This record gives sequence, structure tokens and C-alpha cells, in this order.
Amino acid sequence: MALIEAEGLEKRYPGTDFTAVAGIGFRVERGEAFGFLGPNGAGKSSTMRMLACVSQPSGGSLRILGDDPVVHGRALRARLGVVPQDDALDLQLTVRENLIVYGLYFGLSLKHMRAKSAELLEFAQLADKAGERVEHLSGGMRRRLTIARSLVNDPEILLLDEPTTGLDPQARHILWDRLFRLKSAGVTLILTTHYMDEAEQLCDRLVIMDKGLIADEGTPRELIDRHVTREVVELRFPPGEQEQAAEKLGGDVEVLPDRLLCYADDGDAALARVTEAGLRPLTALVRRATLEDVFLRLTGRSLTD
Amino acid sequence: MTRALAYWLFRYRRTWQGTVVVSVANPLLFLLAIGAGLGSLVRGDVEGVPYLEFFAPGMLAAAAFQNAFIDAGFGVASARGRERVYQTAVATPLSPGEVMGGHLLFVGLRVFVGALAFVAVMAGFGLFSSSGTAVAVLLAATLTGIAPAAVVAAWAVTVTDFPRLNTVFRFVVMPMYLFSGTFFSVEQLPAALQTIMYALPLWHGADLCRSLALGTATPGTTLLHVAYLGVMAVAGVLIGRVTFRKVLYV
Repeated sequence: MALIEAEGLEKRYPGTDFTAVAGIGFRVERGEAFGFLGPNGAGKSSTMRMLACVSQPSGGSLRILGDDPVVHGRALRARLGVVPQDDALDLQLTVRENLIVYGLYFGLSLKHMRAKSAELLEFAQLADKAGERVEHLSGGMRRRLTIARSLVNDPEILLLDEPTTGLDPQARHILWDRLFRLKSAGVTLILTTHYMDEAEQLCDRLVIMDKGLIADEGTPRELIDRHVTREVVELRFPPGEQEQAAEKLGGDVEVLPDRLLCYADDGDAALARVTEAGLRPLTALVRRATLEDVFLRLTGRSLTD
Repeated sequence: MTRALAYWLFRYRRTWQGTVVVSVANPLLFLLAIGAGLGSLVRGDVEGVPYLEFFAPGMLAAAAFQNAFIDAGFGVASARGRERVYQTAVATPLSPGEVMGGHLLFVGLRVFVGALAFVAVMAGFGLFSSSGTAVAVLLAATLTGIAPAAVVAAWAVTVTDFPRLNTVFRFVVMPMYLFSGTFFSVEQLPAALQTIMYALPLWHGADLCRSLALGTATPGTTLLHVAYLGVMAVAGVLIGRVTFRKVLYV
């Protein structure tokens, strides 16, 4: 049985004609790391709120752990862990108190939470900060504390909304390491991101969302193989010369505001052809194709516009 | 509900000493300055008692009412807004109703502690004939705070811009605070204004506190005041269950 099954899932907000989620279907299996990749406004957070059982679907069907979240929301939330985008930690309480009060929300005893919070702070590498107020913590530490908090009830599914947005590269890597550990321990991870490197790092499988719909679904590798070539040559030209260069090159070329992307199975050979055609780009870079390219191909826009 | 209350108690652990000092100092200053100081200018008795005795229970009710508005209004709006306390809580098994209930219990506790400090100061001025009277007045003042708190919380959870709270505080709460028979008898107001004040909650709270403190309470008026405030509290909770759900389950 899939842990989560959605079919034709929709979310419209009352009082507006805005459709945040316009009918999406997906399945998440136990132990998977499943991602929603898409730009801001794609409907990722709305979807996550429905999965977290705090937002009622406007249409379609959704089953979480086999149950209907509208009917069994309370029981389901007891089995979920939620890491919201904005942390929403209590700045006036200490690190440890943040975990304890959250545990009390789940009906766990104070005694249990004293022991549990020590264990979680160890996991989040915050044991030495236990007695400090959250307002003194860095962004990366706060995010790790939020993850620790989401684990107080030993959730079967962990929902992470943009887990590393706003963190510096080092903090991101520490966080990814913690998430890998959770995954190895059997926790199902569901995350949203608009970073393609995060999606590639963390997700076994993902869907690409755009304007409330799923553009495609698969493993990162499958998506790249399906939609783009193995390699990409990025070329920069002086302003105004891009279009001309693109015409001259022909073939599989994408024109972006600041650069050209040439899709090729052999990037070096493609770059050689550029030179043969008499073009002199300011910079040229051969790289492997990424999910960013997939997104561009599927939607005609880049992820971080 | 107690799970949600526990959160507020954890926060209160940090600040309660300070709030208790304020809760004692405030009535002490008011009773000294207005009751005893300004009151000495009041010639003769007001409604048959010295001004301090008349003024103190009214001030108690007004303070409970005002504190309840501040705690329930600003407290609820920031718990939903900037602090996102509620959003965090409803991600757990807690329902919006429980989240509201926990916060209201805490507001009630704060109103009670504030009223307790006030009543203690009044006792220090020798304003109670018996300890039973003091307890009755304490409960009356607490009810005077809890009733508007529920209604204000039900509304404040929908408020996203703080200036609106200030506007209501200035143009709704302050006039009630001043004209509900707190500092002077409502009977001194023009007839039309009197009718309005009789319809508003703080007059009921102030009259309840005063009549109990002065021993002039009759079963009929006491029942009327308690029923008015009780219905208001229940109505606030019922409306709040709807507004909290609407705001937190979007």
C-alpha cells in the first residue's frame, strides 16, 4: 500500500478565483524520499498543507496512511512530522523548551519529553545549546531545531517545506546529512524545493510542478534522460548578439535572457562546432544536464525567476 | 485544551514575577491617586459611600476588562501573525478549538491573577467587610474579563493588521472604560448615553463588582449581570471555534 495516494487533487481558496493546485495525482511509497520541485507559486506549499491535514482539498481524492485526512486529520497528524518553511519556533523559549512544549501538544508526558528532547538535540547537533533561547541561534541551527521538533512523535512521514531555503552552503550540507540519516532509519521524506541540486541530492523520485499542475514525474535520472540530452553547453555572448548566434548555431538551442544553452550528448564536440561556426562566446561552459534544464524544457521558464 | 495551555504556562514562567509586580503596583497607585487623593475633593458620599469605596470596585472591573482586551486582542493576533504559535500547534493533533481554548484559559488565568492582586490591595485599604465578600468580588472581576476576552479572541484571530486593534482599543474600549460607571455613576450621564452603557458588558461587570463589594447586590441584578457576562463568554467561544478554524485550516 502506498503511504500517500492523491488523484485529481485540487485546492482553490475561497473568496478568490485563484486555483493553487489544479488537479494532481501522485503516490508515495514507504521509505521513499519524494520531492515536489517547482518555482514559487507552483502549488507546492498548498499541496504540503493538504498533506499535513491542515487544509481541506477542494476537489479530487487524497488518502494518507490509508485514511481520509478530512475525516481522520487528528489521528493522522499524530503520525506526521511537519517542518514549515518559516520554522515558527518560539523565540522566547529555550531550545529544549521548544521541543518539550511541542511534545506536550502530542500528549506526550513531561518526563518522556525530557529524555526525548536530549536524544533529539543530540541528533540535531544542538546538545550544547539546549538551555539557550532560540533567538540566539543561527538560521541553520534553527532549521535543525525545527527538524528535531518535527521528530518528537517519531513520525512515519516527514513533510519538509523548502528545508534549506535561506541557508548557507555549509548549513545546507549538514542538514542534508541529517535528512539522509532519517531516510536510512526508514522515515518517509516528502519535501518541496526550488533548488534542483537539493532535489537531485535528496529525492528518490520527484514531480515537477508548474502552475498547479504536475508537468512530469520520475527519478532525477529518468527526468533528465527523458527531456534533455546528457550534456549542456552554456554560452554567453555580448548583449544583442545572442539571437544571431542562436540562429547561426541551429540545432537544439534554448535562448535565455543572459545565455544560450546548447543541448548535446557530447558537450565538447558541440563546443567545437561553435568555434567552427566562427562564433566567439565571452564564456563557454560544458556541464552535465540537470533538473533545472528539465524544468526549462517542460515549462519554457527557469526555476528561480 | 490543557496541552495548549501548557505552552502558555511555559512562556509565563519567564515573565510572571514582572507581571505580578505590575498587577499590584497599578491598583495601589490608582487607589492612592484617584481614590484617596482625587477622591478627597469629592464632597460627601457617592451613592452613600466614600468615593474610594465607590471607585475601587469599578476600577477593578475596568482593569480586568482592559487587561482582557489587551491579552486576548494583541496576544491572539500576534500568536496567529508574527509568532505563528497557532500554526505550529495545529500541525499536531490539536484542533483549532483546543488551541483557542488553551489560550483563553491562559488569558483567564492572567485576568484572575490581576484581579487577585487588585483585590488584595483593596483588602489592604480595608474595603471589604468579610473575606467572603472579597472572594465574590474576585470571581466577579474575573468573569468581567473572561466574557469580553472570548469575543475579542474570536475577532482578533482574523486581524492581520495591528493598527485595527489599536483603533478598537481607542474608540471602543477606552470609552467603555471611562463611562461604564467605573469612575462615576452612570446615572450622571444623559439618558440616551445611559441606555447605551447599560447595554454594554463593562457596566454589567462594574455594577456586579461594586454591588457585591458594597453589599448592595440583589439576587435579581446579580443574576442578570452574571447571565449577561456568561452568555457573552459562551457566544465568544462559539464564534471563536468558527473563526479559529477558518483562519488556521485554510
